[in-house]
Amino acid sequence: MTEAKPAPAAAPARGKMKVELSDHFKTYKDVWVFIELERGQVHPVSWELLGEGRKLANKLGVELAGVVMGAPGDSADAAVAGAYEYGADLVYTIQDPLLADYRNEPFARGMTDLVNTYKPEILLLGATTLGRDLAGTVATTLKTGLTADCTEMAIDDDRSMGATRPTFGGSLLCTIYTLNVRPQMATIRPRVMSMPDREAGRTGRLVVHSLGMQEDSIVTKILNYIPDASKEDAHLAYADVVVAGGMGLGKPENFKLVKELASVLGAEYGGSRPLVQKGWIESARQIGQTGKTIRPRLYIAAGISGAIQHRVGVEGADMILAINTDPNAPIFDFAHQGIVGDALTVLPALTETFRRHLAQKRAAE
Amino acid sequence: MHIVVCIKQVPDSAQIRVHPVTNTIMRQGVPTIINPYDLFSLEEALRLRDKFGGKVTVLTMGPPMADTSLRKALSMGADAAVLLSDRCFAGSDTLATSYALASAIAKITETEPVGMVFCGKQTIDGDTAQVGPGIAKRLELNQLTYVERIDAVDETARKITVERRAEGGVQVLSTSLPCLITMLEGTNVVRRGTMEDMLRAARTEIPMWSAAKAGITDTALCGLKGSPTVVKKVFAPPPRKEKAKQIDVTGKTADDIAAATLNALFAADARLEETLFRQAGH
Ligand SMILES: Cc1cc2nc3c(=O)[nH]c(=O)nc-3n(C[C@H](O)[C@H](O)[C@H](O)COP(=O)(O)OP(=O)(O)OC[C@H]3O[C@@H](n4cnc5c(N)ncnc54)[C@H](O)[C@@H]3O)c2cc1C
Repeated sequence: MTEAKPAPAAAPARGKMKVELSDHFKTYKDVWVFIELERGQVHPVSWELLGEGRKLANKLGVELAGVVMGAPGDSADAAVAGAYEYGADLVYTIQDPLLADYRNEPFARGMTDLVNTYKPEILLLGATTLGRDLAGTVATTLKTGLTADCTEMAIDDDRSMGATRPTFGGSLLCTIYTLNVRPQMATIRPRVMSMPDREAGRTGRLVVHSLGMQEDSIVTKILNYIPDASKEDAHLAYADVVVAGGMGLGKPENFKLVKELASVLGAEYGGSRPLVQKGWIESARQIGQTGKTIRPRLYIAAGISGAIQHRVGVEGADMILAINTDPNAPIFDFAHQGIVGDALTVLPALTETFRRHLAQKRAAE
Repeated sequence: MHIVVCIKQVPDSAQIRVHPVTNTIMRQGVPTIINPYDLFSLEEALRLRDKFGGKVTVLTMGPPMADTSLRKALSMGADAAVLLSDRCFAGSDTLATSYALASAIAKITETEPVGMVFCGKQTIDGDTAQVGPGIAKRLELNQLTYVERIDAVDETARKITVERRAEGGVQVLSTSLPCLITMLEGTNVVRRGTMEDMLRAARTEIPMWSAAKAGITDTALCGLKGSPTVVKKVFAPPPRKEKAKQIDVTGKTADDIAAATLNALFAADARLEETLFRQAGH
């Protein structure tokens, strides 16, 4: 790159930065979380968002609501019950056979209707393929602001929500506000927020709303659903232990050292982006800004430099162990434990030592 | 069929540097590229045109110099290009951007009806994945995001069947045209243009549309004014206070290092050993 001079930052100078809500929008209150129910399962990101939503609602002194949309039946009921147990004070629900599988039209219609009727000031959705598809349509319909992939949310003194997200590939963070329109919408990636405790038996109020659509009026039809043969990407994001390798492994054959340690630990494995680009591992195994965000108890990174785009995907780990030949590698700035050494010798030694240790412990049980 | 592909010119983020003192993006000298995700959508549009005939128009909103990206798309095989450029678009967030692009597509449709619109899944600089759905909503196009494969297009019946990535599986969806599609990355191999296309691209006149030309009468919906969101603060990620505790490696064998590592890990987190034991049991 040629010599660069600092240019003005990403944010152009904005005129009015103060919130000025019309009387209409002043009536909007409460924090809502969209409970993503797909094919009978609630995506765990929804519970994570209830945990975060609880904090925002407490700060604002308002209620926390879950929004459950789906076909009537056991899984919708379970989703409603789960929402209370993870902290919702009330649940808005639309249950209709037309909502059995996700389609943009009926879900966007239902969600927009709920917002216009019950007026939340904040609406949070998971940044999944479903959540992003839905959020974009709903925000456009409501002509309100939507901040994607937030990593942090805070409430200001004027009650507005500051949503912080990485920008420019994670090199910088920016804090974004929706000034004069409500609700303030945001999507948050799975595993960015921690899972709240589940309070068994906790209940709340239920508000039932109807969809008011006919199948004939929905243009898009679902012909089939093909479940993935391997569910491994879901496992990676939610694994308790993750072992990952980077370019420091030197060649593709050496990646087996990562897999062997992972196997002894019952862990999931992953890698940095260049490994995906070079075809050493599948893209579902990429960890970082443009891959999976992980939040394991233990993360072992071997031969990974710790670039910011990787860092943002692993910072939620309780314990990060980094193995790198370079004592100045950036990964040592955020890892908890470091080994300055050659991953090609340290990994097999760790595999053997863990194997022995766990075998001894098993024998002692 | 006439297909419009929306592309964005972005800085080649692999080469972005942040000024260590001022925390500002150093854009100067950073080359620009077509947003990589857009290329998969462009390729898919070109394939449909090759198969069914018709025309591919690439559209971008950006400063006048964004015409280089349009020319690049032409050299890959697109038939026509429109550059939407006006000062009033400056500072657009995704809502304002989708308004401007949707207005331009509506204008294009007046003379040449558009059967499909393609957008990239997301951009590498903004990363929002919101502009595609925004355009679809504004033009009431049937929305198909995260498409892995286009299975069938029936121009006469105006029907399309696609495979869409969902969490944990793939949905096979059928819908009517006109529709808006965002392609998932890696779902096709992006072509290089032919020599003929390159020569044609160099000669092609790219019309530059102002807001008025795109049929926009209310500029309050554009740019800063039309954007409900504002960026209040830009900052570098805060450093962690402590650096990693280093395992002593001097003069040690790999096995000694491994043993010391286990001790250090278990000493730092008393519950970790139990977690590993439970894990490895399965
Ligand atoms: C828009 C954008 C998005 C991105 N998204 C992601 C993402 O999601 N995830 C991601 O990981 N990256 C992402 N990147 C790439 C990121 O910037 C880095 O380039 C990448 O993480 C580097 O991978 P690495 O650490 O494996 O390789 P390198 O940076 O090449 O580091 C290799 C490391 O291995 C060490 N090493 C060498 N030999 C050995 C050895 N024998 N034993 C131990 N250590 C050794 C070296 O000291 C070095 O620190 C993104 C980049 C951009 C621009």
